[in-house]
Amino acid sequence: MLDEDLRSDLQKRGIFVASFEDLYNWGRKSSLWPLQFGLACCAIEMIATAAARFDMARFGAEVFRPSPRQADLMIIAGTVTKKMAPLVVRLYNQMAEPKYVIAMGACAISGGPFKEGYNVLKGIDRYIPVDVAIPGCPPRPEALLEGLIKLQKKIEGQRLFGPNRARHADTRDAADYPVPSYGAHDLEPPMNPAVFKPEPSRREAE
Amino acid sequence: MSFLPSLESPQTIDVSLGPQHPSTHGVFRMNVTLDGETVTRLQPVFGYLHRNHEKIAEGNSWLAAMPYTDRLDYICPLTNNWAYALAVEKLAGIEVAERAEFIRVITAELTRLQNHVAFLGFVLGDMGAWGTALMYAFREREKILDLFESLTGARMMCNYMRFGGCRCDLPPGWLDTTRKLVDGFPKFLDEMEALLTGNEILLARLQGVAPMTADRAINGGMSGPVLRAAGVDYDIRKVDNYGIYNRFKFRVPRGTVGDCYDRFMIRVLEARESVGILKQAIAVIPEGPVVNPKAKQRGFRPPAGEAYGRIEGPKGELGFYLIADGSDKPYRFRIRPPSLINLTLLEELCVGTKIADVMVILGSIDIVLGEVDR
Repeated sequence: MLDEDLRSDLQKRGIFVASFEDLYNWGRKSSLWPLQFGLACCAIEMIATAAARFDMARFGAEVFRPSPRQADLMIIAGTVTKKMAPLVVRLYNQMAEPKYVIAMGACAISGGPFKEGYNVLKGIDRYIPVDVAIPGCPPRPEALLEGLIKLQKKIEGQRLFGPNRARHADTRDAADYPVPSYGAHDLEPPMNPAVFKPEPSRREAE
Repeated sequence: MSFLPSLESPQTIDVSLGPQHPSTHGVFRMNVTLDGETVTRLQPVFGYLHRNHEKIAEGNSWLAAMPYTDRLDYICPLTNNWAYALAVEKLAGIEVAERAEFIRVITAELTRLQNHVAFLGFVLGDMGAWGTALMYAFREREKILDLFESLTGARMMCNYMRFGGCRCDLPPGWLDTTRKLVDGFPKFLDEMEALLTGNEILLARLQGVAPMTADRAINGGMSGPVLRAAGVDYDIRKVDNYGIYNRFKFRVPRGTVGDCYDRFMIRVLEARESVGILKQAIAVIPEGPVVNPKAKQRGFRPPAGEAYGRIEGPKGELGFYLIADGSDKPYRFRIRPPSLINLTLLEELCVGTKIADVMVILGSIDIVLGEVDR
């Protein structure tokens, strides 16, 4: 890595030195294009975040794209029902790498207030990897902005090469996630074990 | 979207619009058969947001159903609260505190304002003016949400009404802020109208599109602005006189041909009437308790019986049909959502129009999927 003193010295002379990774990550984190995809109540707060007062454009993420092919970021804004879950996974598969997921609100994280419902998926992290989870019902627009900043920080630290490289840079990793099908009582399979690795609850750990 | 050659005729194709579509107002899906650009058949597909509201409410206490009503029509939580509280009050014969009645009218009319404002933004988005109109609309909506937040603690999920009144009194200065907002609101509507209602493109996209006769609207079970746009004089605020609406002077705007333009304009006119009601209510709101002290909230057990309480929600008749068996839970909790029932005539309205008009027609009905699928 470049010496910080040397870097600032060069900067004073108008020479900017950056590693390829830094430049690449800086570009990506500053122009995240979210998928214009609202599921429920949180979608209204997502729209409010993009609207005049909260102005998501300040963080470079205002270009909502209706097509998954053009989007980098999927904001899962609302309750994912069992009828909707396969479509959410399919939309995620249709997005081009590198792609990120924000689970916005209690429903997307765990089912939220509707967790006991027979038709509600208890968290989208059962099928697709979630990068940032924002609690709240619904989260305030400020919370969504903070989630976005958290995601930008995460992108900033991602490595492109080496053993710790990011998922999207690892060609061995699966790009497609299996889409669940409608079973007799539940989705088949009820979760994707390659993705869903919940931490054991405190009671189980003891 | 997916395109398939139709089975019915080689000339037509089947298009699946939604559930992920920028203009379906959530996760609504329409299977459309197209002949060129003309819609020959339209089949709505529901259930992508079925969140088991009724079943969950039947397993919880009476009071615990209140926050779930917020999430039905998530743009207007306070009117949903009121409809449920009204049904329970009818069931158990609870008197409502005088001040609470005024607060309910004020919050409900504010809710109507912000719903209609958001509607203007969304319907313009459906017509292709994505963004700009919505920015204007949401700027105004945020001001009303601020009022809700200072009153109830939440921007959207207010959970404010209680059986026999409201949860807490107005914070100091709230009425003054509301008065200022209400006084300034007609200016916003004027601005919006100056930009929109005479606009040639808007007229071309809305006028004459999907007209609905009064007979058809009544037979289709329509309610709310969609029904009144078809020329029917039916407003539950006038018909039922629930709450204290008989103390306020307001008119019920009506359309003439029931096309998309009438459905659009009726919202603007209704917002103006709401401003009038708000002004009257703020001027005469009395002091006093905000909840009936005799009404029990926790451990509430109404006597066995059934009741149907309905209000004029911003989208139409919102009703709750409750059956009590004397226990601490509702035996049956049925919601009559205006959005779902206003969709009955969707196919009839859309057949024969162009595919681009389908989005505008859907937008002009003003649905919220949380309420359609429940």
